[in-house]
Amino acid sequence: MLQVLLLTFSVVTVAHAELCKPDAQNAFKVRLSIKTALGDNAYAWDANEEYLFKAMVAFTMRRYSTKTTTQISNVLLCNVTDRVSFWFVVTDSSKNTTTVPGSEVEAAIRMNRNRINNAFLLSDKTLQFLKISSTLAPPVEPSTPVWLIVFGVVLCLIVAAIVFLVVAGIQQRKKKNKESTERENLEEKGEVTITIENGIPCETLDLKAGHINGVFSADDERFTSL
Amino acid sequence: GLAGVSTRVGVMDKSRPLWDNPVQFVFACISYAVGLGNVWRFPYLCQMYGGGGFLIPYFIMLIVEGMPLLYMELAVGQRMRQGSIGAWKIISPYLCGVGVASVVVSFFLSMYYNVINAWAFWYLFHSFQDPLPWATCPLNSNRTGYEEECEKTSSTQYFWYRQTLNISPSLEVSGAVQWEQALCLTLAWLVVYLCILRGTESTGKVVYVTASLPYCVLIIYLIRGLTLHGAVNGLIYMFTPKLEQLSNPKTWISAATQIFFSLGLGFGSLIAFASYNEPSNNCERHAIIVSLINSATSIFASIVTFSIYGFKATFNYESCINKVILLLLNAFDLEEGSLTADNLNEMKDYLMATHPQEYAQLLPQLKNCSLEAELDTAVQGTGLAFIVYSEAIKNMEVSQLYSVLYFVMLLMLGIGSMLGNTAAILTPLTDSKVIATRFPKEVISGVVCFINCIIGLIFTMEAGNYWFDIFNDYAATLSLLLIVLVETIAVCYIYGLRRFEKDLHTMIGRKLNWYWKVMWAFASPLLIISLFIFYLTDYILTGTLQYQAWDGTQGQLVTKDYPGYALAVIGLLVASSTMCIPLGALVTFVRKRLKRERVSTVA
Repeated sequence: MLQVLLLTFSVVTVAHAELCKPDAQNAFKVRLSIKTALGDNAYAWDANEEYLFKAMVAFTMRRYSTKTTTQISNVLLCNVTDRVSFWFVVTDSSKNTTTVPGSEVEAAIRMNRNRINNAFLLSDKTLQFLKISSTLAPPVEPSTPVWLIVFGVVLCLIVAAIVFLVVAGIQQRKKKNKESTERENLEEKGEVTITIENGIPCETLDLKAGHINGVFSADDERFTSL
Repeated sequence: GLAGVSTRVGVMDKSRPLWDNPVQFVFACISYAVGLGNVWRFPYLCQMYGGGGFLIPYFIMLIVEGMPLLYMELAVGQRMRQGSIGAWKIISPYLCGVGVASVVVSFFLSMYYNVINAWAFWYLFHSFQDPLPWATCPLNSNRTGYEEECEKTSSTQYFWYRQTLNISPSLEVSGAVQWEQALCLTLAWLVVYLCILRGTESTGKVVYVTASLPYCVLIIYLIRGLTLHGAVNGLIYMFTPKLEQLSNPKTWISAATQIFFSLGLGFGSLIAFASYNEPSNNCERHAIIVSLINSATSIFASIVTFSIYGFKATFNYESCINKVILLLLNAFDLEEGSLTADNLNEMKDYLMATHPQEYAQLLPQLKNCSLEAELDTAVQGTGLAFIVYSEAIKNMEVSQLYSVLYFVMLLMLGIGSMLGNTAAILTPLTDSKVIATRFPKEVISGVVCFINCIIGLIFTMEAGNYWFDIFNDYAATLSLLLIVLVETIAVCYIYGLRRFEKDLHTMIGRKLNWYWKVMWAFASPLLIISLFIFYLTDYILTGTLQYQAWDGTQGQLVTKDYPGYALAVIGLLVASSTMCIPLGALVTFVRKRLKRERVSTVA
């Protein structure tokens, strides 16, 4: 009796060894980087953590397809290294000797990747399933790109400043024109009374008609500022 | 402003606008001279030509070439009180071509230079995001990994070449106008228009900001840069003098070229600025101040740049080491933490001994990480400003703040230089009575800005950056050397050095030092002639001109030959400005001949 039991046990172990080994069919390699992720809060990888992993994979398979009744004993782990990396394979719950196709396992894990990561306090980068690529989360993009908003604000400010300066310049010029026409009107009024200085009417002494002695005007430049 | 409105009537100048005070003038010159070249070209030259030892030829060239030529241009502008065309016409009527050549070169420069401001605006607007858009690669279409092009190169290079420029693989493929860049370019021109709208009245106030703000940012960056991890590596690398480079003639030529172009001589901007001075302004002192500040800023900026380099190189080196460690850990399933940067070499030997086959398989992927190699990557130009700096910024804490500060600084530097360029174009236009009496100066400025903006849209196309490089390398280099050479010879030998000396004595009230006379008459012209000959022989010897094109499939730059029409454009650029000088002389000669004949026939 004992011998039969031993025999079946060894057969099962051998069978399991056959199913789970590096590069076996439908087997996946997992790599964890606990120290990188958690630093001082890193936990050690022991048999309990392995049990949790098996439980998570069984949970994933059950969640993926309601038909399967995967047990924790259906998940086989092997070749655990110091890196913390190992291979695992999921056997069919109905027949213990065949493994669930890799595509199913992959799809299941992809669907529940978040739950598995959170159970181990890790992320997609620190808990790696080597053949299963993870879908990366796209960055959050607002409906209007931020740069357009800032651009719009700056553009409005600049255009407002330009319009203000141009309008102010036009008004200044209008005022200057008005002043010069007023001055001309005053001069016209003044011409009614002719002022005479030394027998010469003042109009002829008007600068517009006279000559400028360039020597005296140029002299202003020769003096250096104090 | 209009404080110095002349009350004299009928003398040589009507009411010419003046600077409110000499400080505005100095700030305008500093704002113009201190530009992007101080930040992105000088550090590169320092690195290539001997580190701390490069300062020796740099200062020698400053004394022989920089200060004398700067003083000469300022003095000419202040004495003649006209823009470049009018000023050279007064010196000799046959030299009106020199002024026209200056205006043409300034026009070419303002066409392409404002595109840099557009890029700075683009990066500035994108700095208000978390994380910075150039910090990570975008995802590919099925979200399983990153964009292929981004994987091959780095995220900062991808952001520059693909998302900013959307560059085409070669010059021949022009592509469409990028509307985002066109918007930024329009904004850049609106900003420039706002600053020059009222002439010296508005420019005088703006230069207070554009001259001083870059220094504030540089000081902040200096403090931040020196406290970064690994900054010391960069500084040691830069300042260790490699004195053997002094025997390389290229060192001296680069120093001379850098001083020459950094001060912005020959564009007519300095003449324009000085023409708005009081005639009694002490431009000798201002010339010395401006040139010294310009050089000091270059050195200051390179200290900042090299601390940033050191930080970036150390960061990349440590990333490289970490990647190698991870690779070894994963391949040999070793415990985490067993491999560190310190024991890496011993562990590598141990692994090679114990697992020779697997190690040999892994060997091609194991890169030799070297800090020296990271520091050796010397970059200049837009590559430095927009790729290297943004890469360093993304790794700093509070990166958005530093990014905003940095690109605001680039904007201030760029706009300051643009003010000088547009002044060089507008002053001759507003001086000419034909145009100034018909149109107010707002309209003239507006038309100039509008034309430049429309032409500048060429640089926003997909191949725009290649055209930008053509303009950057060829539009101003040879022409400026020729213009300044003719200017120096004209002042010394045609106008007469003694006459000029007397004018300066009248203006400033001090006798001219023999140093200035010797430099103007002999040293500077000889230096410019030798630079000119060097450049010509360099162009002739290299044969076909080549350019760097971005290859998206490989994720790096490749060298290509310019097509025929690009070479024609280069020739046109150089010819259109240099030919103005002889053409101007010829036209004046013909006009005088015709007038003499008319007078003689009348008599």
